[in-house]
Amino acid sequence: MAIKVGMEVSIAAAEAVKQANTDIVAAYPITPQTHIVEHLAELVNNGDLDAEFIPVESEHSAMSVCAGSSAVGARSFTCTSSQGLALMSEIVYIAASLRLPILMLLANRSLSGPLGIWNDHSDVMSIRDCGWIQVFAENGQEVYDHVFIGYRVAEDRNCLLPFLVNLDGFILTHMVEPIEMIDQAVVDRYLPPYKPLYSLHPDHPVTMGAFADPALYTEAKKAQDEALKGSLPYIMKGWQEFGDLTGRYYHPIERYKTEDAKVILVTQGSLGGTASIAIDNLREKGELAGLVKIRLWRPFPFKEFREAVKGAELVVVMDRAISYGGPGGPLAGEIRSALYAQERRPRVVNVIAGIAGRDVAPEDFERMLQQAQQGSGEGYEIYGVRG
Amino acid sequence: MSKPEREITWKELNVGCVIDEPGNAATYRTGDWRSQRPVYNKDRCIRCGTCYIFCPDMAIKTIEDGYIEHDLYYCKGCGICAQECPTEAIAMKDEVE
Amino acid sequence: MIKHLDRLSVKKARQVSKEEYFVPGHRACQGCAEALAVRLVAKALGKNNVIACATGCIEIFSSPMPLTSWNVPWIHVAFENAAAVASGIESGLKVLMRKGRLPQQKINVTAMAGDGGTSDIGLQALSGAFERGHNFVYCCFDNEAYMNTGIQRSSATPFGASTTTSPAGKVVSGQTSWKKNMPEIAVAHDIPYVATACTSYPFDLMEKVKKAASIEGPAYVHILSVCPTGWRLPTHLSIHAGRLAVKTGMFPLYEVERGRYTLSVDLPKLLPIEEYLKIQGRFRHLTPEMIKGIQKRVRDEYEKLRKKVQMTNEDQQGKAVS
Repeated sequence: MAIKVGMEVSIAAAEAVKQANTDIVAAYPITPQTHIVEHLAELVNNGDLDAEFIPVESEHSAMSVCAGSSAVGARSFTCTSSQGLALMSEIVYIAASLRLPILMLLANRSLSGPLGIWNDHSDVMSIRDCGWIQVFAENGQEVYDHVFIGYRVAEDRNCLLPFLVNLDGFILTHMVEPIEMIDQAVVDRYLPPYKPLYSLHPDHPVTMGAFADPALYTEAKKAQDEALKGSLPYIMKGWQEFGDLTGRYYHPIERYKTEDAKVILVTQGSLGGTASIAIDNLREKGELAGLVKIRLWRPFPFKEFREAVKGAELVVVMDRAISYGGPGGPLAGEIRSALYAQERRPRVVNVIAGIAGRDVAPEDFERMLQQAQQGSGEGYEIYGVRG
Repeated sequence: MSKPEREITWKELNVGCVIDEPGNAATYRTGDWRSQRPVYNKDRCIRCGTCYIFCPDMAIKTIEDGYIEHDLYYCKGCGICAQECPTEAIAMKDEVE
Repeated sequence: MIKHLDRLSVKKARQVSKEEYFVPGHRACQGCAEALAVRLVAKALGKNNVIACATGCIEIFSSPMPLTSWNVPWIHVAFENAAAVASGIESGLKVLMRKGRLPQQKINVTAMAGDGGTSDIGLQALSGAFERGHNFVYCCFDNEAYMNTGIQRSSATPFGASTTTSPAGKVVSGQTSWKKNMPEIAVAHDIPYVATACTSYPFDLMEKVKKAASIEGPAYVHILSVCPTGWRLPTHLSIHAGRLAVKTGMFPLYEVERGRYTLSVDLPKLLPIEEYLKIQGRFRHLTPEMIKGIQKRVRDEYEKLRKKVQMTNEDQQGKAVS
């Protein structure tokens, strides 16, 4: 029987890592991820989780250790934030090209400078092209669930790609939320032990990480691109089977009141909850507003997204990261690109908000949508900046 | 992989570009690099195995009774064997084609 | 304790296993003593060996897709993390065996990196792996510069040597700092076994590597790998140069077992340093003044080493223990 517990999301995440029979935990502490790592250390040292807890000396080594352990067939986990992600980014790219099914929880936090420990999406956007499967969790339950889904999809022989779960730093990591814990028997049914396609063992020597010269490199990258694009049906399958077992079904795009919406707001991550309140308020005022929440970031669900905004005249994209000197936020850039080839295109307005922990309330969303009605659809605006 | 590199298609690559044919570099003829080749004088050889142990390209095989044979498929002509042989049983001569 | 020279004899060549775990067809330069070192290390560690290799000469000459020179499991991830990847391999194998997902067996875990990937960019990962006490062997293949990218200096480049980033110019003449003492840094981490080795003494090298693998915990073997290309000497002199490095005291061969120093060969009289320097183009520009300075420092360092041997082999009363 599934039990619902009030739990800090970080603790729930760590509990999920334990329930997933993770073999290796290699992580370096960084605010606001620390509670995840600390709880895992406790679980290991109390004998509740039979894993090797490796207190690495940097995030770069955290991902390197996971690369080594995943390469021998061990289920490997790491988590980080912001600067830690930036430091390990070299290996993040390599983990994907080596096709190692590592799970990483990323407690989204703004990239320095200035130093800021609060939440936005600049860290994950900096590794957009790394080749990992990437999802955004909106609440604690989604974080907990996606530890299992992450391993399941990553380790699928048809995927074999590392899996990144984004959870907003502090907003999710440090909040106590109701989490429905899944029975261990159900977890074990959903998530069998990892059986690697290739692994480092003397019985079957293989070479991993050979170098490629210009004659072969393009083919190697094509193979990797096809692998990420081709993972979509297996992500859907993983979600479908998870839903069948728990009753919680996930989709690449979550839609809220979009069927007749003329104005659609687009968010990623935890602000989706706040945004839906704004949509309700606007609807009460007679506005035909709707909300699209992007859960699957990579591979980008082009078909599902176009379908979701089909009837809209105005799409307001809320970015939580800035591409300096560029077209605005990374999310808006992707969305404009997704809609460009269509004959009928909505106007896309890009608003950048919620930078490094600045609060975004339902009224702010309402104001953004109202302002967007007057906007030209060109460029971007940093919402709420003083001066 | 027996296929020439420039003909390999992306679908033929293993997942993660893993090479699952251990030691397949043995198909590569490094002997083409030579500008000098070793000449072996069996009469002077005392079968000490020094040349065998010092060859960086594993291009020296020990044959019956402990005498040696150069593997010219791989030999790069570095001259270490000639230099290290205690009885000068190996000499380096210019490669003639 | 002074070991018998027998260990350094080449007469044992015929007794060595003929198995090669590193196959020919690799792309190392003619006369590359690093390739030879890799061959010997692979021989010493045998079939049950998993290697984590850093970016560098070894990685490049042994793994050009679609070919590989490796007959044992081998992975390359990046430049500075051989020790971290090896830590992951070691821990992964440990936990999988503990959980019964892999059969229990002794599998050597080896990290291979060059001097750059060890004492410069790889130092952090190495230090972490040592401190955590992983059971693995770390082999540093020291050709005294970043050779693979074109002979740029590293912290292992000896004083005065000319490299492309420490060139012998009109104002500054070659490397201005002394070679970083990596074995001492390893010793300072309090690991059970540290050794220096050179391919010119192949049996000494193989025995040390075997010993390193048999010891529980981290072990560090620092292997001088003569590079004829980068050191500017004729390809046939690679072994000869390595011997001179040892006999002049430039690169002493020793072991440190749980803090106890042992010289692999004691040289009561060191050969003059000139014998070693004059055969290498990278030292061609050295003035007599510089050579004198190097000679003095080499002698001083060797004396320091002998004192450590003495100190760590004495009991409380100052009597020598065997």
